[in-house]
Amino acid sequence: MLRRFVIVLVAVVVLATVGFGVFAWRPSIARIPRPPATSFAPALVAKGAVLASAGYCASCHTTRGGQPYAGGYAMKTQFGTIYSTNITPDPKTGIGNWSERAFERAMRHGVRRDGAHLFPAFPYDHFSKLTDADVTAIYAYVMTRPAVVAREESATIPFPLNIRALQAGWKLLFFRPGRFVPDAKQSADWNRGAYLAEGLSHCGACHTPRGSLGAEKHDQAYAGAPIDGWIAPSLTSTNAAPVPWSHDELVAYLSTGVSQFHGTAAGPMGAVARGLSKLPPADIAAIATHFASGNGSAGQGGKADAALRKAMASNGVGMGLQYAPAARLYAGACASCHYNGKTLNSLRPDLALNSAVSMDDPTNLIQVILHGVSAEDGAPGVVMPGFAGFSDADIARLAAWLRATRTDKPAWTDLQNKVAAVRAQGEGE
Amino acid sequence: MTRFMINGRSVVTTVEDDTPLLWVIRDDIGLTGTKFGCGIGMCGACTVHVGGRATRSCITPVASVEGADVTTIEGLDPASNHPLQQAWRDLQVPQCGYCQSGQIMQAAAMLKDFPAPSDAEIDAVMTGNLCRCMTYVRIRAAIKQAVRKTAAPMAEPQA
Repeated sequence: MLRRFVIVLVAVVVLATVGFGVFAWRPSIARIPRPPATSFAPALVAKGAVLASAGYCASCHTTRGGQPYAGGYAMKTQFGTIYSTNITPDPKTGIGNWSERAFERAMRHGVRRDGAHLFPAFPYDHFSKLTDADVTAIYAYVMTRPAVVAREESATIPFPLNIRALQAGWKLLFFRPGRFVPDAKQSADWNRGAYLAEGLSHCGACHTPRGSLGAEKHDQAYAGAPIDGWIAPSLTSTNAAPVPWSHDELVAYLSTGVSQFHGTAAGPMGAVARGLSKLPPADIAAIATHFASGNGSAGQGGKADAALRKAMASNGVGMGLQYAPAARLYAGACASCHYNGKTLNSLRPDLALNSAVSMDDPTNLIQVILHGVSAEDGAPGVVMPGFAGFSDADIARLAAWLRATRTDKPAWTDLQNKVAAVRAQGEGE
Repeated sequence: MTRFMINGRSVVTTVEDDTPLLWVIRDDIGLTGTKFGCGIGMCGACTVHVGGRATRSCITPVASVEGADVTTIEGLDPASNHPLQQAWRDLQVPQCGYCQSGQIMQAAAMLKDFPAPSDAEIDAVMTGNLCRCMTYVRIRAAIKQAVRKTAAPMAEPQA
């Protein structure tokens, strides 16, 4: 009896393994000789350049100071560190002998040319929505970049999660391939914005919370989530900014990195604003239309006016002779740039309006105080220095004081430990 | 490696990314008008302009000015004759002088945002620039004189 049970059990396990193997197997797509750069029409390459910018390919496929698109950028995930790949057309270490069909399969299905499954750190779940024409243009662009010899670094994902075939199981659970489907009830502009936001620009990859297996929770789309030591804020009506994100402010922020009513694009968002700024203005406006329609900002002008009046009134708080340690820190370290007086100046980001001061989580404010904002991020060409020389206690004091004097939100708790935690984590790449 | 412009010329530095901009300006580029004070961004002696905005160079990692325009006291005016520098000389503002290049750079940036600053605005923006010789009263007077001299030609009645 037992013997028969064991035989059946072994048979089931073998069949299941073989079945899963068949299910997970993807064919290799034949190598092609590296297509000469001249075989791609310049207009197509130019279109691909804009798309690659708005998909931030270089953000993950380039290390700081490294060759563009040569990979090696470390992505720290809850499962281990994954390194981005070389997507230059080097035939040995890059994608030089990938056909367009192989590239298309990688983009839309997360499968490498040789048939191995890619980890979903590569947002193929978003790129699956891309049109054929856009995939073709991006292929033309990457295949015409200078080829760089750069071998892939091995990921530190532990066994058994590092078995790429198991990714087929993840895909079965969480991945639905398919092109973007327009919403017939919405305008063409809204749908264009939705296509860019959900597909190419993969906004949800950072702004949508992920489950324990790393998949986006689609029922909580754009509700805000932690990313690379920062918090990607909510893009819905739950966004904490005192001035609601109107269409015009979204356009300003996404095209210049600066919103006079919210602050500048820092942390991982810096590269996003830079990437999107290459899109034609109509496309940025379409993304703004898409998000403004879902965040309840329409008809909120009264709320914006009230927030502005309150912000201007709070500007003088902490000025003049001060005895409270936090107020003195503010007067000495912050006011020279952030004090606005009677009129708002977008290059003097107003801390009563700034998203980082109003969010439920102090992480972004702590990050900016500790590490500042580089000339490349935020307002272009302008720097906020980093105040890492301040003690955890002083940064906590300053953050608590700003929260109390610039917002009517509840005080942050356990601030000093949070400052220590953000400091320990580092700035991220 | 970081590339940026300083006083209109292009520089490339290969120091570590987190090296303070102040060290690069003083030790590598050799412009010593910008001073080291506290090293934590609390005294203003190291103030330079990055993209035209007053910036404490002692706490600015050099990598963060990649591609930016940096101006030091040496580059504020080709003939050291910025209206603030004239006023500083007229009123003999400095005593020991150590903090003064930072004071002038902070004041010059302030005047772009507040072309005719009130006492309260000067206090709010300039509080981060300390002067141990207590020249604050003359600093404020010199800022106001520079504003008056700059505005004067336009303010005169047309004959």
